[in-house]
Amino acid sequence: MNVAQYISLVYRSEQKLADAFERVARQHSLEPDVLQLCKKFESWCIDHVENIKKLTDRYGEEKDDEPEDIYDALFDKPRMGAMGLLRDLHGLWLLANEVKLCWTILYQAAQALRDDELEMSCLQFGEQTNRQVTWLLTKIKQSAAQVLVVAE
Amino acid sequence: MKENCPDRISQIWGQRTPYYGEWPERVDEYVTAQPDHWVQSACLLCSNGCGLDIGVKDGKIVGVRGRSTDRINHGRLGPKGLHGWMANNSADRLTTPLIRYNGKLEPATWETAMSLIVEKSRELVRKHTSGSIGFYTSGQLFLEEYYTLALIGKAGLGTIHMDGNTRLCTSTSSWALKLSFGTDGQPASYTDIDTTDALFLVGHNMAETQTVLWSRVLDRLQGTNRPRLVVVDPRVTVTALQADVHLMNKVGTNVPVLNGILNLIIRSGQIDSDYINTHTVGFAELEKIVSRWTPDLVERVSGVPAAKLTAAAEILGGSPTLVSTALQGVFQSMQATAAAVQINNLHLIRGLIGKPGCGLFQMNGQPTAQNTRECGANGDLPAFRNWHNEEHVKELAQIWNVLPSKIPHWAPPTHVMQMFRYAEQGSIKMLWISATNPAVSLPELSRIRKVLQKDDLFVVVQDAFMTETAALADVVLPTALWGEKTGCYTNADRTVHISHKAVDPPGMARSDFDIFLDYAYRMDFRDKDGQPLIKWQTPEQAFEAWKLCSKGRPCDYSGLSYEKLSRGSGIQWPCNEQYPDGCERLYSDGQFNTSYLYCESFTHDLSTGGAMEPEDYKEKDPGGKAIILAADYEPPHEQPDKKYPLWLTTGRLVYHFHTRTKTARSPQLNAAAPEVFVQISEQDASENGITEGDLVKVESRSGRVEAPARIGGIAPGLIFIPFHYGYWDGAENFRAANELTKTSWDPVSKQPHFKYAAVHIYKVEPGIAKAISDTKDEVMDVMKSAFETIKQKLKI
Repeated sequence: MNVAQYISLVYRSEQKLADAFERVARQHSLEPDVLQLCKKFESWCIDHVENIKKLTDRYGEEKDDEPEDIYDALFDKPRMGAMGLLRDLHGLWLLANEVKLCWTILYQAAQALRDDELEMSCLQFGEQTNRQVTWLLTKIKQSAAQVLVVAE
Repeated sequence: MKENCPDRISQIWGQRTPYYGEWPERVDEYVTAQPDHWVQSACLLCSNGCGLDIGVKDGKIVGVRGRSTDRINHGRLGPKGLHGWMANNSADRLTTPLIRYNGKLEPATWETAMSLIVEKSRELVRKHTSGSIGFYTSGQLFLEEYYTLALIGKAGLGTIHMDGNTRLCTSTSSWALKLSFGTDGQPASYTDIDTTDALFLVGHNMAETQTVLWSRVLDRLQGTNRPRLVVVDPRVTVTALQADVHLMNKVGTNVPVLNGILNLIIRSGQIDSDYINTHTVGFAELEKIVSRWTPDLVERVSGVPAAKLTAAAEILGGSPTLVSTALQGVFQSMQATAAAVQINNLHLIRGLIGKPGCGLFQMNGQPTAQNTRECGANGDLPAFRNWHNEEHVKELAQIWNVLPSKIPHWAPPTHVMQMFRYAEQGSIKMLWISATNPAVSLPELSRIRKVLQKDDLFVVVQDAFMTETAALADVVLPTALWGEKTGCYTNADRTVHISHKAVDPPGMARSDFDIFLDYAYRMDFRDKDGQPLIKWQTPEQAFEAWKLCSKGRPCDYSGLSYEKLSRGSGIQWPCNEQYPDGCERLYSDGQFNTSYLYCESFTHDLSTGGAMEPEDYKEKDPGGKAIILAADYEPPHEQPDKKYPLWLTTGRLVYHFHTRTKTARSPQLNAAAPEVFVQISEQDASENGITEGDLVKVESRSGRVEAPARIGGIAPGLIFIPFHYGYWDGAENFRAANELTKTSWDPVSKQPHFKYAAVHIYKVEPGIAKAISDTKDEVMDVMKSAFETIKQKLKI
C-alpha cells in the first residue's frame, strides 16, 4: 500500500502552501485584501497540517522533497509591486492546485479503503483548498490586465 | 395637519400622528419669504427621498414644503430636508472652472478647462490605454447623469475603472440582495411598515439617518396595534431607546447575534418549511452552521445576554409579519455581506417576503445611491446586468450600438479602494471625481491626500463647492446643484421621483449632465456605425434611453415618463405594462431573479469574496429559487490591545449629510452641530482623566484626531466620532474621523470597514471647548439620560 506516500506529499505541500501564503501576505502587506486573505488561508493550511498529523499516525510517513522543490522554484526571490504580486498569486495558484490534486487522489484511495475519516478529511480540506484556488483566480483576473497592459 | 416653519432642529421628528394602516398627512413647510411659485421635486439629503416642492421667489429658492400626495412622506420633511436647501444660496458656490497653474487654482473658461481634460484623456489613452483613467462618482447625482457617465466610461473610453461613493454606503446592500435574490432591488415597500406586527433594525439608527421614515415608525409605535421593535446596535441610540428588545452587541459581532437568532427560530420550529422547500436552496447548510450558536455562545462572543437574545428570537420567530432593515452598523462593519444576508435568510426561512407587512430593506444610505447602482456607475453594468454573462454584455452592446468587446468585462469594474491603489502605484493617471469628497470620506485620509497630490495623477473634480478634494484637484468644474437642473432619482423603496429645475445655477456653473455630454462631444465618441455614441441632449431624452435599457430587467422604468412622474406622487419600479402604476413589493410569487440567464451575479464566497465561475453557477442553476448563504463568525482583523485599548466606531449625526458640504452651509443645521466631538463612556473618561469638553487626542495605527470630549451614552471600551467633519471651514487640528480608520474592506462588497479601528485616547487640554456641550442637541440629551437608566439595569 502506498497511501503513506501521498499523505506525506499532501502534508508537505500544505506546509509549503502555508509558508507561501505567509510570505505573500508579508511581501504585499500594502494590499489589504491580499494581506487579510492570505493570512486567513495560511491558517486554513496550518489547520490541515495539524489534522494530517493524525493520519500519518495511522498510515505512516515517507519523506518527500518535491513540495520543497516546487516552492523553491516558484518563490525563489522576493517580488515587489503590481507585477510581483501577480507572479506571486500565480505561484500560489499553482501550489494550491498541487494540494488540491493531492486531496483528490487521496479521496480515491479513501473510498477504496472505506476509510470514513480519511474520506471526510479529503472532502473537507479539498473543499477549502478549492476556495483558496477560487479566490486566487478571482484576484488574478482582477489584476492581470492592469499589470500587463496599463502599468509601465 | 400643517406645520409652518416648524422647529425641526429641536423637534426632529415633529408632532405625532399615531396610526395603523394609512399614514396620516402632515405637511411641513419652511420658507424665508412667500414664494411666487412652487416647483415639484424630492429631497436629496438621505435615501428616504421625501417628495417636496421648491418655493421660488424672484429666481431664488426661498423654501420647501413636503408634498402631501407623496407616498414616501405624506407631506413631512426632516431637519435636513427643511433647511438643507439654503446651501444652494450660499455665497461661496463655485461659479467658474479652475485650473491649477504653478500649484495654484486659477479661474479659467469652460473652453480651456474642457480642452485640457480632453487633451489629457487622449494622451493617456494613446500612451497607456483607457485603463489609465478612472471615474469616481457619487450617490447624489441624478439617474440621467449616471447613465450618461456609465455610457462614456464603458462604451466611450472603455475603461473598467468606475465606481461611486455608494461603495461606502450601500455596496453591501446591493451585494446582499444580489447574493440572496439574484439581483439588486429592495424587496419591500414603505407601506409594509404601516401594518407590520414587528420591526427588526440591525445596525440602523433610523431615528437619525432617515428621520421621516422614523416618524412613520414612531407613529406606528404610538398607534393602535403597536408593532414590536427589536434593535441590534452597540450604541444606545434614540432608535434603540424605543425598542422592546435592544441587543447591545460588541462591535464586529453581527454574525454571531444573527446566527444565534436564526438558530433559536429553527430549533423552535417557527420556520415555513413549505416555503423553504419550494422557494429556496441552501437551508441545510444554514441549519448546520447556525446550530452551534447557542444563546450562551452568542453571549460569550457578542456580550448580548442570552435572555435578551431569546426574547428577540421570540418576537422575530413568532410575529406573523415582519419588516427588517439594515444599515451601516452592518454594511461598514466586519463580515458585512455575510451578516446582511442573514437578515435575508431570516425572512426566507419564515416565508415573510413579498407579502403585505413583510419584507426587508438592505437600506440605502445616500439619496440617489439606488441610481448609481442601477445605471452602472458604481461597479455594475446598467440595469443590473451581469458583467460575467456574455449574453448580458451583448444585449447592452446592442442597445448602445457598439461592439461587445468595447464594454470592459474581463473582470468586475474596479472598486474605489483598488482605484486609489492603482493611482498610488501609478497605473491610474487620471481620476475624475464627481460630486463626492474622498479627501474626507475614504479611510486613512493621510494616504488619500498623498495619492490625490501625486504629480503623475491628473485629478478632475466636479463640485458645487471648494471641497477638501477639489482643493487638491488639477481642474475643478463648477456644477449646478439640486433645484438647478432636472432629473430623476429613486429612493430606498424603489420610488422614482422627478425633480424639476426651479432656478438657474450661479455664474458659469453647469449641470453634471451637461459637463458629461460636453466631454463626450469633444472626445467624439462614436458607435459602431460612426454615429455619435450618446444620442441624447436633454435629461428627458436620457430618461427615454434609460427606459429602453432597463426594459425587461428588474428595475424596469419603461412604464414611466417625465409627465407621469410630474402628476402627484413618486412611483415605484418596476413600472411597465404589467405594473402601470408601479409594483409595490418584489417576489410576491416566490420567484426570485437567480436564474443563470437573468441574475446579476454568479455567487461569491462570503468569507473570501472568491467569484464562482459562470459554468459552475450554470451547473447548479437555482432557477428562480432564493439562495440561502450561511456564514460562520470571523473575528475582526484588528482587536484592541495594550497600545490601542479602545474601539473606535464612526457614524452620522442627524443634522449632517456626508461631509457637510451642503448641510454646514445651512445656518440652522450648522448651528445645531457645528463641531466634531469624541463620545466616550464615563468609565473610560474617568480612567483617562477626561472631563466633559476637554480637548482629547485619539490615535490609531492610521492617524490622529483632536476634538472635545462628550461623556456618556456609549458602552465602555467604545468611542464614537461622527465622520462628517473635514477642513474646508477651518479646523486647527486633525478632526476628520477617517484620519483614524483602516484601509480594509469587506471581501464581497468591497465596502470599507469604517465601523472599527483600535485606538487610544488621552487628554490634551482641559475644558477649552465647553461650548460644545452647550450645543442644543435633543438626541444627545435623550441618549445620555436614557443610558443612565439602562446602565443601572444592565449593571455596566
